[in-house]
Amino acid sequence: MGSKERKAFDNPVIEWVDSRLPVFTMMQKEYGVFPTPRNFNYFWNFGAIAMVMLITMIVTGITLAMHYDPNAANAFNSVERIMRDVNHGWMIRYLHANGASFFFIAVYIHIFRGLFYGSYKKPRELLWILGMLIFLLMMATGFMGYVLPWGQMSFWGATVITNLFSAIPLVGDSIVTLLWGGFSVDNPTLNRFFALHFLLPFVIVGVVFLHVWALHVTGSNNPLGIDVKGEQDTLPFHPYYTMKDTFGLVVFLIIYVAFTFFMPNSLGHPDNYIPANPLVTPPHIVPEWYFLPFYAMLRAITFDFSLYLCGAGAIGGYLIYQYAWRKAPDECCKSLTVPLLLAAVVLGVPGALLAFFKDVPALHGVIDMIPFKSVSLMPAKLGGVLTMFGSIAVLFILPFLDNHPVRSALFRPWFKPAVLVLLVVFIVLGVCGSKPAEGFWVPLAQIMTLAYFSFFLIAIPYFNNNEPVLKLPNSIHEAILAVPKSLVIGLLAIGLLAYAPSAAEAKVRADSEQPSPSAPEDKAEVPPVAEEATPAEAPATAEEGAAIAPEAKEGESEHAAPASEEAAHPAEGAHHAVPLPRQDWGFQGPFGTYDRAALQRGFQVYKQVCSACHSMKRVAYRNLSALGYTEGQIKTVAAEASITDGPNDEGEMFDRPGRPSDHFKSPYANDNQAKAANNGALPPDLSLIVKARVGGPDYIYGILTGYEAPPAGVELASTQHWNKYMPGNKIAMPPPLGDGAVSYEDSTPTTVDQYARDVVEFLAWASEPEMEERKQTGLKVIFYLVIFAGLLYAVKRKIWAKVH
Amino acid sequence: MSADNSPQQHGPADGETRRDFLFLTAAAFGAVGAGSVAWPFIDQMNPAADTLAMSTTEVDLSPIEPGQAITVMWQGKPVFVRRRTPEEIKMAEDVDITTLRDPQTDEARVQKPEWLILVGICTHLGCVPQGQKSTDVRGEFGGWFCPCHGSHYDTSGRIRKGPAPKNLAVPKYTFLSDKSIRIG
Ligand code: FES
Repeated sequence: MGSKERKAFDNPVIEWVDSRLPVFTMMQKEYGVFPTPRNFNYFWNFGAIAMVMLITMIVTGITLAMHYDPNAANAFNSVERIMRDVNHGWMIRYLHANGASFFFIAVYIHIFRGLFYGSYKKPRELLWILGMLIFLLMMATGFMGYVLPWGQMSFWGATVITNLFSAIPLVGDSIVTLLWGGFSVDNPTLNRFFALHFLLPFVIVGVVFLHVWALHVTGSNNPLGIDVKGEQDTLPFHPYYTMKDTFGLVVFLIIYVAFTFFMPNSLGHPDNYIPANPLVTPPHIVPEWYFLPFYAMLRAITFDFSLYLCGAGAIGGYLIYQYAWRKAPDECCKSLTVPLLLAAVVLGVPGALLAFFKDVPALHGVIDMIPFKSVSLMPAKLGGVLTMFGSIAVLFILPFLDNHPVRSALFRPWFKPAVLVLLVVFIVLGVCGSKPAEGFWVPLAQIMTLAYFSFFLIAIPYFNNNEPVLKLPNSIHEAILAVPKSLVIGLLAIGLLAYAPSAAEAKVRADSEQPSPSAPEDKAEVPPVAEEATPAEAPATAEEGAAIAPEAKEGESEHAAPASEEAAHPAEGAHHAVPLPRQDWGFQGPFGTYDRAALQRGFQVYKQVCSACHSMKRVAYRNLSALGYTEGQIKTVAAEASITDGPNDEGEMFDRPGRPSDHFKSPYANDNQAKAANNGALPPDLSLIVKARVGGPDYIYGILTGYEAPPAGVELASTQHWNKYMPGNKIAMPPPLGDGAVSYEDSTPTTVDQYARDVVEFLAWASEPEMEERKQTGLKVIFYLVIFAGLLYAVKRKIWAKVH
Repeated sequence: MSADNSPQQHGPADGETRRDFLFLTAAAFGAVGAGSVAWPFIDQMNPAADTLAMSTTEVDLSPIEPGQAITVMWQGKPVFVRRRTPEEIKMAEDVDITTLRDPQTDEARVQKPEWLILVGICTHLGCVPQGQKSTDVRGEFGGWFCPCHGSHYDTSGRIRKGPAPKNLAVPKYTFLSDKSIRIG
């Protein structure tokens, strides 16, 4: 960058600036003429895509922070205010929430690309390590960001993850107290998480700068993994890769906005639309999908490390070291191999019995005979935490584990299948992480964890010494890629296309099946395509698993008060909720809209029936204009409620008629009064009920129409009722609707079924008042992006025409 | 990078035009897109729907005696409600409006002469003038005095002296009854 070799610019203003601060010269050098290997495939787009996602997250994040209130009492409300009242707030928030997922998708693909083509190898070790640092910072940022909406998953996610540190011997509990700033996750925790969530992205920007700097020192790797030999191997970054990156970016954005505008909550958890409640944990806690593989490894360590296991492990480690890490084992070791193996087996059998087969009744007799079985060198909790952090640590040290001379997997006959297996292992781990930790998911996660570490600690060192070194192409220029580029694009496109419908289908399945806690295993089949698809689909699919993993929604605080035990422990529950039938709702699908007449009828049902017990605090009377009511009608409706206001000049509270700006009046003064009036079961607020339940509108409709006489032999307490769609079947809410209970002004039938349909339509609107605007905007955005992508593709082809 | 790979150097003239047209279209398309993305991120700073909905305030006038004033909050701003004495009304009405910086008759500024309703924000740079409490300095014209930079307002809230350019603003209000108004 020395000003000596600087070339003058024609534009006098640019020249004036550049001669004083050569930013333009630097841009020109690093992004204009920067020599870039000419054989990049589309996997090389994801660095630039990740960069754009980072900027998107910062821009949306800062605008959200202008409206967000990091206070435990008001955080949830302020997020809902962003969704309902702030101009375009719903769009900005959904862009941010889904942006996190797509940032991780881009980064995961970027990382796997580096892994596959050996981009972590000399001389790019530090580049890789900086990238891993970015990944780690992203995980911290993502985790803290998920806490901010202060819903149930936020709160319990924060509790679980901060409690990881309590596994640290001696100081663990003090560290956790320090993190919390109290004795549980609470307001101080939220405040500091907000501060850090705001700070860390800028730290990421700093490390990204170093990452890019390091890249520009060594230059990019390429699919062949061989060094650039000269000018004929490279192209200037601009316009070749600026255009190619932009085209790839726009294609990526199309998928991103499709999620944002048409299924904005499919990557989140319905539980997070329930305000945080420190007294009730949701039955099935899962982190965001991008943490699932690591979460699975955390949970895989279900056993204490007994003397036997550690002994067998030490011997195994020694043998692995001798046979995999060294070129040839020591002479003395060679002769000792058989006895050592024997010893490992002798120790391993009781070790394995204690670790994995403790619960098999047939083996109790044998296990009881093992001496010193209570001696444990490391508790399971610490083991799990170390395993999870270790799984990231091995990625950091990968450049030093792998010193095989060939970079790209294309020319590594052993590494290539191994790294693809690693991808599958990682995906399977993600699926395991999304399931309840029971049944065969536990051993599966354990085997996959072992496989994950074996790749780094056994396979890679072994390959160093034994994998044949193939003859590499002489230069990039000579090696016209054997695979036509269109094939790569085709595969990518097929993968993405195959994913979208399968995701939709999985969603449909989740919706159509009852969110019964009793049938987790048979629900969330991973669409098979994910297994062979690109890594883009991999994490997303794992997440789908999470999103559709069934959860028993009605917690203790809600209707299911006495029944929640069954709900949480499905295995013991004698009765299962029947599958939830899928209804045909006019407001679903990309073109769906609300039916105004149904909304008005639904509001009537809510007002005359539901509002006797259920509040709807987040909806204001003025919002009713969306139902087609006139200003005068709204004023009349509002004035029917008497709202407590004040204090007046005398310092007293007083009642006044409601105004359109007031929110719906709650039937009870506070939650305690509501509980007392309802046999201890709190009727949940209905403002978000459709978004806060797995199955959404189908579930609410199911509950409203699912009342039956209990099957023979079932005892119900006097305050309980039998509902075939309720998880656990026992519900505290008496059947709310009866034929003819509400008289409609038009000729719509006054049946329970019709009431249920209408009120669900109304509740769906209350949950997502922005839905129609969201879909309309989404269609426009996608239409625009598709045309733009077409234009960019034409531009890109024109520019590249000379090169091909 | 050798020059013969550069797209600008090649192609017959018509290809050149078509390419230029394509590049321009794509660039224009991108610019329009960037512009439309910017708007929601700017507009989010405008008042939100709930803020806009809260934009009326009702005031009970019955406790205010002649000569007294109260300050109420409307849209986050102070609103002065002053019940003027006959002398004050006369003072306000007798002014020759051609001498005023911001000429306005007193009738144009009140609905009922007894009640003067003003946004209590100095039109200079936004301080709240003094004069609401009987103990306050009311300036040389018996109305309000802004201590920030010395603006004097008369008993109709008109600027008479000092740096402020305009009279104190009159908000939109309606008499709901003789003894109550709604502002906004
Ligand atoms: S702000 Fe009142 S005089 Fe300047």
